Amino acid sequence: MKNLDKSFGLVIAVILLVSLLMPLGNLLLPEGSAFKFSAYSISLVGKYWCFALLALSLDLVWGYAGILVLGHSAFFALGGYVMGMYLMRQIGDRGVYGDPLLPDFMVFLNWKELPWYWQGFQHFGFAGLMVLLVPGFLALLFGWLAFRSRVTGVYLSIITQALTYALMLAFFRNEMGFGGNNGLTDFKDILGFSIQSDAVRSLLLLTSGLLLIIALLLGQALAGSKMGKVITAIRDQESRVRFLGYRVEYFKLWIFVFSAMLAGLAGALYVPQVGIINPSEFSPINALEVVIWVAVGGRGTLYGAVIGAILVNYAKTLLTGLMPEIWLFSLGAIFVIVTMYLPRGLVGLFDHWIRRWTAQRQLLTPGAQEAGL
Amino acid sequence: MNCSSHIKFFCCGLWLCLSLGFSPLLRAEATRPELLELLRSGTMPDKEAAIEQLANLPDSLELLQALQEGRLMELKADGKLVIVNRPGEPALFSDALSKTVLDNLDKSQLSKINVNNRIRTLLKKAIALQQLNDADAGSRLLAVEALGKLMDQSSAARLAERLQTESDDAVAAAIRRLVLLDQMQNGNKEQRIQAIASLKTVNSQELVNQLQAMTETDGEHFKEADSDIRNLAAAALIEIKGRIQAYAAMETLFFGLSLGAVLVLSAIGLAITFGVMGVINMAHGELMMLGAYTVYVLQQWLPDYLGLATMLSIPVAFIVAGLAGIAIERGIIRHLYGRPLETLLATFGVSLFLQQTVRSIFSPLNRSVSSPDWMSGSWQINDFLSLTWNRFYILIFSLLVFGLLVQILKRTRLGLEVRAVSQNRAMARAMGIPSGQVDALTFGLGSGIAGIAGVALSQITNVGPNLGQSYIVDSFMVVVFGGVGNLYGTLLAGFSLGIANKFLEPYAGAVLAKILVLVFIILFIQKRPRGLFPQKGRAVEN
Amino acid sequence: MINQGVVMEAGMVQGMDTVIDSRHGTILYLEDVSVSFDGFKALNNLSLYIDAGELRCLIGPNGAGKTTLMDVITGKTRPDTGSVFFGQTIDLLQLDEPAIAETGICRKFQKPSVFDALSVFENLQLALKTNKSTWATLFSRLQDEQLARIYEVLATIGLTHLLDKPAGILSHGQKQWLEIGMLLMQDPKVMLVDEPIAGMTHQEVERTAELLLSLQGKHSLVVVEHDMAFVRSIAKRVTVLHEGSVLTEGSMDDVQNDPRVIQVYLGE
Repeated sequence: MKNLDKSFGLVIAVILLVSLLMPLGNLLLPEGSAFKFSAYSISLVGKYWCFALLALSLDLVWGYAGILVLGHSAFFALGGYVMGMYLMRQIGDRGVYGDPLLPDFMVFLNWKELPWYWQGFQHFGFAGLMVLLVPGFLALLFGWLAFRSRVTGVYLSIITQALTYALMLAFFRNEMGFGGNNGLTDFKDILGFSIQSDAVRSLLLLTSGLLLIIALLLGQALAGSKMGKVITAIRDQESRVRFLGYRVEYFKLWIFVFSAMLAGLAGALYVPQVGIINPSEFSPINALEVVIWVAVGGRGTLYGAVIGAILVNYAKTLLTGLMPEIWLFSLGAIFVIVTMYLPRGLVGLFDHWIRRWTAQRQLLTPGAQEAGL
Repeated sequence: MNCSSHIKFFCCGLWLCLSLGFSPLLRAEATRPELLELLRSGTMPDKEAAIEQLANLPDSLELLQALQEGRLMELKADGKLVIVNRPGEPALFSDALSKTVLDNLDKSQLSKINVNNRIRTLLKKAIALQQLNDADAGSRLLAVEALGKLMDQSSAARLAERLQTESDDAVAAAIRRLVLLDQMQNGNKEQRIQAIASLKTVNSQELVNQLQAMTETDGEHFKEADSDIRNLAAAALIEIKGRIQAYAAMETLFFGLSLGAVLVLSAIGLAITFGVMGVINMAHGELMMLGAYTVYVLQQWLPDYLGLATMLSIPVAFIVAGLAGIAIERGIIRHLYGRPLETLLATFGVSLFLQQTVRSIFSPLNRSVSSPDWMSGSWQINDFLSLTWNRFYILIFSLLVFGLLVQILKRTRLGLEVRAVSQNRAMARAMGIPSGQVDALTFGLGSGIAGIAGVALSQITNVGPNLGQSYIVDSFMVVVFGGVGNLYGTLLAGFSLGIANKFLEPYAGAVLAKILVLVFIILFIQKRPRGLFPQKGRAVEN
Repeated sequence: MINQGVVMEAGMVQGMDTVIDSRHGTILYLEDVSVSFDGFKALNNLSLYIDAGELRCLIGPNGAGKTTLMDVITGKTRPDTGSVFFGQTIDLLQLDEPAIAETGICRKFQKPSVFDALSVFENLQLALKTNKSTWATLFSRLQDEQLARIYEVLATIGLTHLLDKPAGILSHGQKQWLEIGMLLMQDPKVMLVDEPIAGMTHQEVERTAELLLSLQGKHSLVVVEHDMAFVRSIAKRVTVLHEGSVLTEGSMDDVQNDPRVIQVYLGE
């Protein structure tokens, strides 16, 4: 238990340090300095933080509540689209067609006016609210239907996969009004500042890092609360919890909606840092990748999900840069190895090593028993 | 018609009269050598006239076809006409007039007889008229069909003439229909009424076009002056259009069934691994992909025997995919029984691996797989209803595979053991059933069927590394919709989803139809979490 | 995994404040209850009445319908016909499992089902009788008297020294005790106890018997058990189930001398 707390603190400290030092290095140090981090690397790390937040949100439903959602990236993408809509509205008349109101793709499709569901997104506050509400609402609707009829296990997984697949198909359609194939891109400003500028990139990194830390702390508090215990109990013995008088479906729904909102937030932070959101974010394979991040790190530990997301994505960046054809082989291998040999992920592995190490030390130095435990 | 086209029309007519008037050799009864000479050296109108006459002379089919296909040549030295024979015939060249074989000729000594589009149309008609007297009834039928599109008075007369001697029923009926069409347009009022009455049971696009034209106006006047005829035509049109709608519905149904057949094929393998064994195999789609690539590889090895290669790939794909399945089961899934979510993830890893393997070996691009001759083309039932053979065969094929599978599970020792293990593993083991072996074989069976499904898919869709992915969600939906562990449920679910998809498509578009079906299933599962045909009983609860 | 039948919403019952009308002395009424699975009649026109404060033992051969009976009372299984009332007024067939649990009917399962990943203390904490809605759970803090109650129960079930250990490491008998402790935490009016002494040592069995006997009067207990010596040691009234209906009812001696019971247990 102590090990876990220590690692948890360490992860938070590292995130905080990186989120602070990278922007400082970028903004303050002169050109040519070794720690003058490029805008690219800042956005890259910012992207990792977003993925980590997404993984953390999935860990809440999978690791704690035992609901394996194969469509969690749908909530991420929805949050991303909401942010994308805000950023599109900020372009104003600087688009290729120069229409003050309509985004380029609408002009291209010969649309005459802004659809009703694009109204209001020019306000950051409204968009920010929607980042949480849209994924939250979808999760509420879907979860209410699914949990009430007690769809569980692999059935639920498959259905969530179908859900994200259906959303992907829908967003690929031009008629949906979200830019079809190409999605939303060519962003200019966020809150009046150029999205390309180093300062904005640095701030986005810092914001993502801070929100990730807040989410970690919130998740930790949640896991330790009675709520967390009930949810863990549901994972292990759903029907027993019901006989204790808890409405299992409401608890599942609560954590599912909360997690979807976190995922939406991650998506919203992701979009300004990569500059594009398109329907491929909904693809089932993306959703499965998120699952493997969590599995690699170790589910049910929150910080494990964060570590897993960062490691796997770092490996992806490295490998797709060096040998693109190797990446899918590696990813496939990770899936197999982790599920077969690392059921508790890297965190579990380290935990095991540390325990063995301390046990050995205790054996070697008699009398350390009292001090060690 | 507007003014300028009037003028154009007039000019054309004028030019036609002039050229006809000056043509030196045009006589009512020219001899064959004279006609050949006209073809060689005459103006285009001369050539037209010559073709018209040749069409009525017996035995000029070969010549006309040669001209049509650009194989009629002129010997530069003496202007003799030479036919370049089709490849595969014993002699390379023969004399157009005497039909004797010509040796010692070289292509450089020849120049082509030119034709234009007008002449090509004319040639088509002339060839059809020639073929009207062909010994083979099939060729005659084709000739009649060709003539139907190029009807004029002379061909109408020739058809009527042929009808007297025609012995084949189908050809006679086709001719009669053309004659009636001709009468409907050009006969006296009584004949026309008669013709419409007898034609309205006929399914022909040409008829619909003509009837349509008769009911339309050209701005001020009806194209058909006689109001009785016009009303009859309109009534007949309504009747035929009703039939067309019925045929369209039948066609949609057929498309739905064939899509359903594909879904069933891809889902029954899954129904075995998921339904009977409770194993989620995300690599199922990639096993189908392996099956499809098997067809590709075999066709590469036997490029001259496409049909054989395709047929051969059915058992080979079964073995390839089946072995791959057994390897996956023994290597991975065996260690994960009782942990369905982990199985799902591990097999997904396998699917990524297989995808990339195929990408590395065969390139990421789609490979083209050919269909054997008997599978391409379509079964033209009438002008409004044609069923493509490949989909038709896949429908039959999927039913065969399904039937076979049901029999295997029902009647063989393996089937009995599979059912025993799926219902109570511990008990089956206690009774001496080697459950490990049974698992491997069951999984192999399900995977092998996925391979066979891949063979079928290769005939209707692109064969590429992403083939599996595009079917996996649908296959799972079919199994879940039908009720896990129930093969008949899978069959019914596959067909009903296929049909629903195709009937929604005209209204909603392909993508939206698919989305609607997915949403429907998602809602359906909420209502009936165990699908159409749920398993019942105490054992299910746990 | 998934339950058949209609699931009723909460709010039908006013939680802890529910007043059970047991003026007629009877707290649980089952009348003409039938349940069938695929043609097999698990319960066949069964009628059973449990008095307030009574300790009733249910015995019967395997497949007699004992567990199904508990499933029906706790809302896990919906009967095809019949009625199940809690007191005079509460129709249990209108309620789902959590609502039934809230009215004060609790159950110990045949297979001990405690939450392995949670500590012994947390297991009891979850069972604690309190507002169990999502938001109340999220912000709940243990009150002093609740904490005292948990320690009291820990002492009763003899697991105080293991309070912070995960329940997964407990022995079979300890898990049985923990689950009984979880029932106590809920302060139920009716306790359904399915095979409480399986896997227990002789001493543990004796203590279990004492505990169950001490509970009667304040709670109504329905105990299913195969161990006849144990049943004899606790039961005043015994109901024998056979093929889904009540075969006979009476004191242990009466029942054991009933020729029909002997026939059912020993065969023709």
